[in-house]
Amino acid sequence: MTDAPATAAAEIAGPVPLSLPVLELRRVNAAYGPFRALFDVSLSVGEGETVALLGRNGAGKTTVARVASGLVEPTEGEVMVDGNDFTKARAHRYAKAGVVHVPEGRAVFPDFSVEENLTLAFSRTRDRAEVREALGRAFELFPPIAHRRRQIAGTLSGGEQRMLAMARVLVETPRLLIADELSLGLAPIVTDEVYAVLTRIRAAGTALLIVEQHIGHALALCDRAILLDHGAITWQGPSDEAARAVGASLFDTSGDSKS
Amino acid sequence: MTTSVLAAGVLEETIRAFFQGLPIGAGFALVAMSFVLTYKTSGVFNLAFGAQAFISAAAYFELHTRRDWPIWSAVLVAVLLVAPVLGLLLERLIFRHVHAVSAVAKLVISLGLMVALPELFKLAVDYNREQPFGAVGIIPDGTAVYRLFGRYPVTRDEIAAFAIMVAAALALAALFRYSRLGLRIRAVVQSPRMTELNGVNADWVSSGSWMLSSLFAGLAGVLLVPTTSSLGTVLEPRGYFPIVIAALAAAALGRLVSLPAAMFGGLLLGVVTTELRTHLPRDNVILNELRGSALPYVMLFAIIVFWPAIRRQIAGSDPLLGVAPPPPALAAANRSRGMTVYTRIMALAFFTAVGIWTFGYANNFWISRITHSVIFSIIFLSIVVFTGLGGQIALCQVTFAAIGAFTAMQFAQRWDVSVIVGMLAGAAIAAAVGAALSVPVMRLGGIWLAIATLAFALFFHDVLVKYGWVGGSLFHGRGVPRPQLFGVDFSSHKNFLVLCVAVLVVVGVLVILVRESSTGMALRALRGSETAAESIGVVSWRSRVIVFSVSAAIAAIGGGLLAMEEKQVSYEANYDPQIGLFWLVVVVVLGARTVEGGIQAGVAFVIFPVLVLERWLHLDGAWRFVLFGFAAISFARHPEGLLEHGKRRSQAAMQRLFTRRPPVAAAAGAGGAAGPGDEP
Ligand SMILES: Nc1ncnc2c1ncn2[C@@H]1O[C@H](COP(=O)(O)OP(=O)(O)O)[C@@H](O)[C@H]1O
Ligand SMILES: [Mg+2]
Repeated sequence: MTDAPATAAAEIAGPVPLSLPVLELRRVNAAYGPFRALFDVSLSVGEGETVALLGRNGAGKTTVARVASGLVEPTEGEVMVDGNDFTKARAHRYAKAGVVHVPEGRAVFPDFSVEENLTLAFSRTRDRAEVREALGRAFELFPPIAHRRRQIAGTLSGGEQRMLAMARVLVETPRLLIADELSLGLAPIVTDEVYAVLTRIRAAGTALLIVEQHIGHALALCDRAILLDHGAITWQGPSDEAARAVGASLFDTSGDSKS
Repeated sequence: MTTSVLAAGVLEETIRAFFQGLPIGAGFALVAMSFVLTYKTSGVFNLAFGAQAFISAAAYFELHTRRDWPIWSAVLVAVLLVAPVLGLLLERLIFRHVHAVSAVAKLVISLGLMVALPELFKLAVDYNREQPFGAVGIIPDGTAVYRLFGRYPVTRDEIAAFAIMVAAALALAALFRYSRLGLRIRAVVQSPRMTELNGVNADWVSSGSWMLSSLFAGLAGVLLVPTTSSLGTVLEPRGYFPIVIAALAAAALGRLVSLPAAMFGGLLLGVVTTELRTHLPRDNVILNELRGSALPYVMLFAIIVFWPAIRRQIAGSDPLLGVAPPPPALAAANRSRGMTVYTRIMALAFFTAVGIWTFGYANNFWISRITHSVIFSIIFLSIVVFTGLGGQIALCQVTFAAIGAFTAMQFAQRWDVSVIVGMLAGAAIAAAVGAALSVPVMRLGGIWLAIATLAFALFFHDVLVKYGWVGGSLFHGRGVPRPQLFGVDFSSHKNFLVLCVAVLVVVGVLVILVRESSTGMALRALRGSETAAESIGVVSWRSRVIVFSVSAAIAAIGGGLLAMEEKQVSYEANYDPQIGLFWLVVVVVLGARTVEGGIQAGVAFVIFPVLVLERWLHLDGAWRFVLFGFAAISFARHPEGLLEHGKRRSQAAMQRLFTRRPPVAAAAGAGGAAGPGDEP
């Protein structure tokens, strides 16, 4: 019932020409009350493209991710999804359009079971068989949570919650996945596991916008990198030039120096 | 032998009361579940559910009794159509747009609705309040009596009310457990933003839950029709007020978040109420009053004060809480200097003009209105202290004003002491009562404090006023003389006005002193932040007591002057707790932050109805309540107060006019740190 307008809009829009970026931010400014967090940020992510958004703590990366998924409305500038103006659109419209966001931290419904978390995300149909199939796909991607279906999400370990949060957005294949600090607080092995899934998703044609403070994994995964500092973009270019272009000193790479 | 017969009689009475209590409790439970539902999904503590219950009941009454619709169609329209549509409208038009405002601001809005909705309804359907009220439940032949186990009488209506409540509760549980809407509502309760990220429109979900909760309230309204009518009342919004209070108490048992607790709490309170009514001894005024309407208030106060769960902070489990910007303070930040100068010049001009007119040309009617304005300004300064400085809401200022009025009256009547002395004694008594009241509610904040003080005000209203040593005796009446002081006779209108203005000046200065004192500083630091208030401990403890007693004393002084002005204590007209709700809304809507805000509110409260509504627009009384409701709603958009908002705009316009350059935009980024240029 709730999805009617968004789906209708998507149908009218029809197949999207390849040239249009999935997501485009045009001179976006954003603020939290009186506090200004972003200044004229412009970026775009094309079909199937993978972009790393890097920057130190407090640079505004999370804010970019929030603007790009409708959680924070820009004070100035525009946000386009598939060439449609989404500047004023709320988050559920982004999700409907296939732009999904895994927020930083424990981004699950803590009082729901694993299964309920996933069922909520799968809102395209009420058909039980289809729902089961979609859940099956999600569990196949993340075996560790597969046999914890009935466990309350709040009681999962940090890594499992992160996996659940990922699985949640993957029940319906997204067009663009925005992931915020996936590696934060995870054991290296778990981080590897999560990034392995991202690699699979990329291969399936989903575009990625990966927000990281630690550059190693992100640069290895992505074609392109964008550097953010004090709420403004300071550099963008191919991943392999990123570290050289700015000097590794900018980043706190102490915990993660894979590059 | 006799004792065992007596014991059997008591037992039988107890069981009978139990069965009579269940259907009443069912009504409480339904409204309590409504509270929980909307509080959980939209953070709104909707006191207007009583009004909504009334509207459904009145619609049912209107359709069935007055327009002879069959019962089933009247119920269908009143409960399944009117109630949810009303809920939908409230959510869509009002509460959806106030997500970000504080819980207290939402409370003010619901207070406005509580008053405005029934009046709007009466205007819309030409509802006739004088018509005696036929007791019709929703079951044909509802008054037929059955005997449970062969001895305990219950009516068909009562059985129906209980059965329908149980069915509704089960349906709600099933909806939550198994349906998609239920899953989504539970998701929104945890985190609206996360729900949105899942492609679910959270606003539609809250619309759904508002429709559901309003449906429950409407159902309760209709089910309780036989109960309220058996008390012999006309169907009036007021009749639903005790039900709302009892439902509040039930919801409070579950800290406003647990639906099962709300349901069982409602049933429990229904039973406890009837049991106490049956068993309380009848030879004591207080206990007798408890048997009447006071019981819900006492229970509510007791639950809020003694139920340990209330004190526990409800930990926000929303993983996306960090997205929200820091909440704005209850009132806007300090004004600019230009604004202050501008205000002072305008105020001086205004008061000079009014003063010249009053003493030179005004007739007695207008002098009396102006005196009233001055007195209400004094009373409203007590709200400025409590709400403007303290950042909290108390709904018992009216009680303190009544204490001042009654003390002045008692001193004059009993001991023939000057009313001025009586008024000051009243202020002292009110301050003591305020301080005493502040102790049990010390750790409460926000809506809990508001509700506890409301319960206190209602208790005073329903119980204490009936004592001769408080409310005076029928024999002596409630007359109060005008004062004499230092040989000056204040019985003339103009002299008394001068006295009132002098008192206003003194009180105004006092308020400013409190604001600039260390207590005021501490309050300012705490305002709006309950967690900060909790962690500061001793400082906040002391300032709480001071704020309670200072504001109580100010209200009492105003109340005493009001009695002298009217030469009697018009208790029902001036000091009813529901009028206190009015006061609060008027003051916060017009500007609770400053002394002039209080004065403006006092002037508006008295002059606006006479001048604008009666003389100019010729509006019916009901429209005033509607206007008042809209004013309350406007508070969400202009929390600094309407007049302050207007002044800012007019000052900006003046500035444009005189300087011919655009006013410097109020530095939006002033609080922001990181510009792109400032590299560390
Ligand atoms: N809800 C909020 N309210 C106020 N300021 C915020 C809020 N969220 C983030 N900020 C501020 O915005 C700036 C950018 O934050 P963020 O986007 O989270 O940075 P990053 O993700 O790069 O660490 C920081 O200075 C942060 O303090
Ligand atoms: Mg971040």
